[in-house]
Amino acid sequence: MTALPLILTVFVACVVEAVEALTIVLAAGITREWKSTFQGMGAALVVLAVITAVVGPAIGHLPLTPLRLVVGALLAVFGLQWLRKGVLRATGYKSLHDEASAYLREVTAAEAADKEVRRGVSDWYAFTLAFKGVLLEGLEVVFIVITFGVNQKNVGAAVIGAAAAIIVVTITGIAVKAPLTKVPENWMKLAVGVMLTSFGTFWGAEGAGVAWPGNDAALLVLIPVVALFTATCILWLHSRQVSGAAPAKESEIVGS
Amino acid sequence: MRQLKAFGAFWYDFVVGDDWQVAALVVAGLALTAVLVHAAHVNAWWALPVFVLAALAWSLHRATATRK
Repeated sequence: MTALPLILTVFVACVVEAVEALTIVLAAGITREWKSTFQGMGAALVVLAVITAVVGPAIGHLPLTPLRLVVGALLAVFGLQWLRKGVLRATGYKSLHDEASAYLREVTAAEAADKEVRRGVSDWYAFTLAFKGVLLEGLEVVFIVITFGVNQKNVGAAVIGAAAAIIVVTITGIAVKAPLTKVPENWMKLAVGVMLTSFGTFWGAEGAGVAWPGNDAALLVLIPVVALFTATCILWLHSRQVSGAAPAKESEIVGS
Repeated sequence: MRQLKAFGAFWYDFVVGDDWQVAALVVAGLALTAVLVHAAHVNAWWALPVFVLAALAWSLHRATATRK
């Protein structure tokens, strides 16, 4: 398989996570202060780099078959989470993720918090807000980069996809100085869910001992099948809404 | 102890998420696939995709049926 699907999947997944992290960083920086925000962001990036540097090579030394079984299972479960959320959002059963309202919530909380100097950081709230935001969103990126990279034996390509996404989002964020509300996050998340679920299913089954018909080419069938099934689920839930009562919405958690 | 619980809860939420039955169905699908391949010598490449798609439909049905 070429590296292009790997790079594209990681790129789109990372754009979604980077946009969410950017919203939190902007809220902390604009409302509180930039110095502590950058310190928090930097500390989170160091933690993420250490996790990648330690876990990536360690996983790479494991035998490929059991690795594919475990990583495939994790990726399939992870991807199904994204798909579930994406379908519920697309059909109105869950509120759409909205960067503008997420930003407002963070700004309101940041304005209400007291300023506290701690461990050499002049604004502890801005530091922890940026640290947690970047770390939590970044962990999903690290998870995807490591699982895709190790399984495809091409961590470099996965890192290129992730780095490109972070650079694009950062440059755009600096240019507009506002949350990136125009990014179609919900649809991108749905697309990534399809890719994660398909790759997870493919690798998981291989790890369980299956020989896919056509080897890697089976993915060219599996991905459209998962996408088509997801679209069918959206139509099915829409038709349920038409025949039934208006849906109550699941509560939204920032960053989810 | 509290920090350990919070750490465990974070990773549970990170990997399993809102519906544990999705994870259970994926694991069941992998177990069945492994049994079919290694014990019955059937190349059951179709088993896991069926379980995965069924897990999505089942989870969506549960999430929306209880909200009507």
